[in-house]
Amino acid sequence: MPEEIALAVNGKEIRVPPGTVVAAAVNLAGESRFRISVTGEPRAPLCGMGICFECRVTIDGVRHQRSCQIFCRPQMKVETDAG
Amino acid sequence: MPAERAYEVLVIGAGPAGIAAACCASESGGHVGVLDDNPAPGGQIWRGESARPKNPEAARWLRRIRETPVSIECGAQVVSQPAPGVLFVESEGRLREIEYKKLIVATGARERFLPFPGWTLPNVMGAGGLQALVKGGLPIAGKKVVIAGTGPLLLAVGEYLHRHGARVELIAEQAPMRRLIPFGAGLLSEPAKTLQALKLKWELRSVPYVTGCWPVSAQGKGKLDTVTLRSAKKTWQQPCDYLACGFGLVPNIELASLLGCETRNGAVKVDQWQQTSVPGVYAAGEATGVGGLDLSLVEGRIAGYAAAGKTADAETLLGARGRALRFQQAMEHAFSLREELKQLPDAGSLVCRCEDVPFRKLQTHQSWRAAKLQTRCGMGPCQGRICGPAVEFLFGWQFGSVRPPIFPTSFSDAAGRREPGAGSA
Amino acid sequence: MTRKAVDVVIVGAGIVGAACAEAFTRAQMSVALLEKAVVGGGATAAGMGHIVVMDDSEAQFALTHYSQSLWNERAASMPREAEYEGCGTIWVASDDEEMAAVRQKNEFYRQQGVATEILDEAMLAEAEPNLRKGLSGGLLVPGDSVIYAPCATAWLMQSAVDRGATLITGVEAVKFVDGGVQLSDGSVVPARLSVNAAGSRSPELTPDAPVRPRKGHLVITDRYPHFVRHQLVELGYLKSAHGMTTDSVAFNVQPRSTGQVLVGSSRQFDQVHSAVDEPILQRMMRRALEYMPALGNLSVLRTWTGFRAATPDSLPLIGPCPGREGVYLASGHEGLGITTSLGTAQLLVDQILGKATAIPFGPYLPSRFPLEQDHA
Repeated sequence: MPEEIALAVNGKEIRVPPGTVVAAAVNLAGESRFRISVTGEPRAPLCGMGICFECRVTIDGVRHQRSCQIFCRPQMKVETDAG
Repeated sequence: MPAERAYEVLVIGAGPAGIAAACCASESGGHVGVLDDNPAPGGQIWRGESARPKNPEAARWLRRIRETPVSIECGAQVVSQPAPGVLFVESEGRLREIEYKKLIVATGARERFLPFPGWTLPNVMGAGGLQALVKGGLPIAGKKVVIAGTGPLLLAVGEYLHRHGARVELIAEQAPMRRLIPFGAGLLSEPAKTLQALKLKWELRSVPYVTGCWPVSAQGKGKLDTVTLRSAKKTWQQPCDYLACGFGLVPNIELASLLGCETRNGAVKVDQWQQTSVPGVYAAGEATGVGGLDLSLVEGRIAGYAAAGKTADAETLLGARGRALRFQQAMEHAFSLREELKQLPDAGSLVCRCEDVPFRKLQTHQSWRAAKLQTRCGMGPCQGRICGPAVEFLFGWQFGSVRPPIFPTSFSDAAGRREPGAGSA
Repeated sequence: MTRKAVDVVIVGAGIVGAACAEAFTRAQMSVALLEKAVVGGGATAAGMGHIVVMDDSEAQFALTHYSQSLWNERAASMPREAEYEGCGTIWVASDDEEMAAVRQKNEFYRQQGVATEILDEAMLAEAEPNLRKGLSGGLLVPGDSVIYAPCATAWLMQSAVDRGATLITGVEAVKFVDGGVQLSDGSVVPARLSVNAAGSRSPELTPDAPVRPRKGHLVITDRYPHFVRHQLVELGYLKSAHGMTTDSVAFNVQPRSTGQVLVGSSRQFDQVHSAVDEPILQRMMRRALEYMPALGNLSVLRTWTGFRAATPDSLPLIGPCPGREGVYLASGHEGLGITTSLGTAQLLVDQILGKATAIPFGPYLPSRFPLEQDHA
């Protein structure tokens, strides 16, 4: 059984199977809002393939990361606009 | 910085067309490489197959390419072309120069999104979009899903989600039944396709497939909880957790345009050898026109052989491509978008999600350029990939010229800084 | 076919043309404004939209200062879309020699009544933390601002239309004729006076106008609010703008109200194509990285180019076109078109109506150049 990956989403610790994308991890952590749009709307993934930029989160302090295109790594710190 | 070895044939895109192209190009023994911006090979239709093989055809091709000396690099984004025969590619926070003799553009397609009230709510996604996320680990078992929009993709997504335990409430196809029946009948001439269709139908036997039906609004507090759907007979509200909605596919032609390739009807123009208008640049798959998996595979093979100079091998595939092209034409006709969909957005529906530009602000302009400058529509990070096809359908405006970077890239990379670690994110 | 006769026909609805239309209608003259493509879609859209006092020469200072005061008067009535931001400018000095130039500039501005503040190394670092360490300091000019020019242009154009001006789009002005302008559809707009506000394309209508296109590049990033707070310009900018021959770049960075960072600037003559020139773009970006290494991590969304209208002495052409009865020029603004658009319009209207102008208009008269111009 492959080792699960431990990471934090908005400070909350979760464990996910390897091969999980960060966008799915955010959802698993119970967040439905990934970012806030320029007029304040909550947004979440749309295209699932890295081109809409709606799934952007901050990963390990770096902004504007497309969470649907990034696999979870151990000890990742993910922050959404809600966090 | 050590120079990377130039590729005889460089393929951009590791979906079915790109993989087929690379395999065939590699048969001549030259140095062949594939670059893809997704985290793993397979493109959209074979997403997840390389880690967990489920589809026999995908498994065969992925095994085949693993057994060739082709180098596949994922998470690699082409940014610009500094000179003919050279590409700037960004990967892992670094920019590299990659040289090639022949290039095969297999950049695939993306979903077309049309705006309607509430479409920006969390949990409204593309049809392929939701499937991609589920493949990436999003739990869907027990969740209520409405699938809407147009195209065979809706059925493929419905079948996949259903198999993974989702409660697929219905599939709403905007095309009218009278156009779908001939399409369905046309499939009978291809046994493999008929079998595929029957399998889908069986898996989805409990799921209503409603034609001439489309979403008119999505509602929810902070996230989706209900979709309002309209058909000829009625308009009703459907509670659901996810709306998987896509109105067909649009070729990704940005790279080809940047390279100077001629396009026609929003697709890359190619000759019988899959050669574009730029010498040494080929294109295959959905980027040359959305036509399905079989067409992508045969086009990829032709391009791979042609780029490697093996025209005789390419020639043997021309017949297969001709047959696959008929499916493309049938698809285009059956699933063309109906005029009523132009009424979907209301005044406040956001058309550009990056810059939050509502429909009413676009209506006062005469051209894409005027609209863009005055409203900022298309000026966000998606570089118009989401709003462009919508605006083209709603207003008939042609999207503007392509300039580098064809994808957002770090400032230090765009500046041509190529030292490792310089400005890495 | 003859269109409706007007007092003034203006060719080109960039910010200068639109400002002229607005000023003429305010002076109760009837106006036709011609635009072959998109209002505010030429150099107006390509530029950095700064409203800045510039002291390359006395005449340049006079015009920018005057025009800036006109912008300040209008600021409160501009729509939100014009994104007026009073962020100020900091002229950045990288060494003692440049710091001496800062002090000279400061003295000049002080005498002219322009508010300034000299920043030493520490004060500069506090004002702009993302600038690299080791810069000598700078000169803060708090009265400078930035706007989003395409929307400001649309606002000026709309103000003119609301006062009765006619906007004619989609047809091109082909030539100035006796008493008006002939258009590409064969029609004529009869007018007592014609104004050539066609920017870098002015010589197509008045070949004697000594205007040369000067290509510039720009880059814009994703949103990073507060990354940069003021418009930042290196002192070498003036040399780059003033120079008449080689390709040059200069550090010039600006915060947009969206939180995006706009980066310029580059200057090239004799470039015909609007395609992005990667070598000079990268040179410009590397120059910016020298001053602000932290830019390196920001995400670049778009790059583009535009053509400034450059004259031999870096001053615009505002006044009667020599050798052409009834034709006026409002062109040649190089990198100061946004700033000096309102001043240009007012100077032109005042000249034509025989009113006293707020500043001497002599330095900008087209007649300052002899008629026989050698066009490269």
